[in-house]
Amino acid sequence: MGRYTIRRLLQAIPVFFGATFIIFMMVFALPGDPIRALAGERPFSESVQRELRERYNLNDPLPVQYGKYMLALAKLDFGESFNRRRVSDIMKERFPVTIKLALFAFLFEMFLGLIAGVLAGLRRGSFMDNLVLVSTTAVVAIPVFVLGFVAQLVLGVQLRWFPVAGIQSGFYSYLLPAMVLGSLSLVYIARLTRTSLVENLRSDYIRTATAKGLPRTRVVGRHALRNSLIPVVTFLGVDLGALMGGAIITEGIFNIPGIGREIFQAVRSQEGAVVVGIVTALVLIYILANLVVDLLYAVLDPRIRYD
Amino acid sequence: MDVTTDDPKAAEGQHLLQVEDLHVEFRTQYGTVNAVNGISYSLDERETLAILGESGSGKSVSAQAIMGIIDSPPGFITKGALRFRGTDLLGLDESERRSYRGQKIAMIFQDALTALNPVYSVGFQIGEMFRVHRGASRSEAKKKAIELMDRVRIPAAKERVGEYPHQFSGGMRQRVMIAMALSLDPDILIADEPTTALDVTVQAQIMELLSELQGETGMGLILITHDLAVVADVADRVAVMYAGKIVETGSVFEVYENAAHPYTEGLMSSIPRIDQRGRELNPIRGAPPSLMRIPPGCPFHPRCPYARDVCRVDLPPLYEVSASRRSACHFFEEVLANVEGGLTGGR
Repeated sequence: MGRYTIRRLLQAIPVFFGATFIIFMMVFALPGDPIRALAGERPFSESVQRELRERYNLNDPLPVQYGKYMLALAKLDFGESFNRRRVSDIMKERFPVTIKLALFAFLFEMFLGLIAGVLAGLRRGSFMDNLVLVSTTAVVAIPVFVLGFVAQLVLGVQLRWFPVAGIQSGFYSYLLPAMVLGSLSLVYIARLTRTSLVENLRSDYIRTATAKGLPRTRVVGRHALRNSLIPVVTFLGVDLGALMGGAIITEGIFNIPGIGREIFQAVRSQEGAVVVGIVTALVLIYILANLVVDLLYAVLDPRIRYD
Repeated sequence: MDVTTDDPKAAEGQHLLQVEDLHVEFRTQYGTVNAVNGISYSLDERETLAILGESGSGKSVSAQAIMGIIDSPPGFITKGALRFRGTDLLGLDESERRSYRGQKIAMIFQDALTALNPVYSVGFQIGEMFRVHRGASRSEAKKKAIELMDRVRIPAAKERVGEYPHQFSGGMRQRVMIAMALSLDPDILIADEPTTALDVTVQAQIMELLSELQGETGMGLILITHDLAVVADVADRVAVMYAGKIVETGSVFEVYENAAHPYTEGLMSSIPRIDQRGRELNPIRGAPPSLMRIPPGCPFHPRCPYARDVCRVDLPPLYEVSASRRSACHFFEEVLANVEGGLTGGR
């Protein structure tokens, strides 16, 4: 287990450098001049421009820029935005919002998805099974922005069950956006759980467990479910990473000041340092989430433990 | 007591297991599969009954019916009785039925790798029997698991109790299955092709272990197999199945000496023999019928060298060949007269 963890951590290193370099390259390959974009209608004077370029290392060749950025990053310095705000401060402000949203969405999709999947999978072809299949298909078919606006209009504006937008109402204001955000993954989890459970219930070891005279609850709960959850856990882990990356559309609809909206704005104003800083943090989160998944996977399935 | 048979032991309810006119069908979207079509047999303590047949002959399904582990739907037991020491298992509700599984009747399967749960240690899976059925604690269960692993002669049982099925060899895995099946001293063990997935040398060891354990516990053993050699070594009696029916029963000696049914005869003569080296093998021509469209009359008639007109329309009953022997062939006397069919018959 220990060696497995270390190996997985070592594998994360090239992924980290590769991913950040690609992001770095893409941001700096964006057309247009960020300094000019920053200035807007009235251009800065030559000296100001020179000073700004110097300050943000914009004159160096790309690999040097990347090297300087990485060196600073090693000292946990994420750089600063063009209006002189520390990127780390921006993240400190935005991340808690996104984490809350992601966590609610995660809990929502996990519990509802697992329950729906298990109920459908236990009795294939039953009313419950068909209900889950039809409703999940409907959710998949509706684009997130339609679902978001409809939910906001009906549940927020008309029925007034939830706050319409913003995060002024604290915990309560995250519920509706979290449900919209988690709805698509909920579908995947429900379907994945169902398929996996159906498949496992047909397996030989379930026949053995039944032949051992175990109660049905134990056959399903102890023997079938544990095996069925292996692919679901994989998906959940990857999805948690994805949710942490913020949700540009959902955050936009519900006016939630999270990471997703920040990245969107930063890309539009070509704030290289902000984009790269946030994305670097996201890459780290992603790598970490995947590592946790891999470790959890090894706990659930002993066959990978001693590879 | 309802006496439907002239077997005196059955009337007294003394047979360990009495299968009467068992019918099992699977209702699929393509039609009804008649997997088992009225089989009857009995099993006594210390006895080994071999059920012999090709894949699809209904031998495994009949065993699963006895265990009560047929998936329903699509599988249904439509007719018959399964008497365990006189009690009809089919009349029990699910929780009563469950108390027989594992405790009175246990089963081992062909492929122990897939039959064991990959994510639990073998010790957990054996110990589970004691934890669920006997309310044992975790440590008691583990101790029992080690004892049982010792008993089926898994080396270093104490060290290996925490290992997982994939860490064992095929033969050792089957020993784990046997340990698990025998943990609660069942009266009947059903072994469904227990050696098919194993090397020949390991096969012999497993069969030896099974008959040794049978000697110790006095359990009745139902051995389901298509391997004629395995049957010859360990079985007392043989029931040959074809298309969901028993076509011949008798002591293993009688049946192997001289078959009384053309299908049995075909099986015997299809075995490669050392004294016939260089000659062509002698398989049964044709293929077994689809269980959705079993031919009328004798189901074997399209493949049978003895077939006459009567065979095409008239389903043969199990004729009494001798006191201990039955054959479902209108012309069993003719088949018996053909000594070439027997495994020991000279050619």
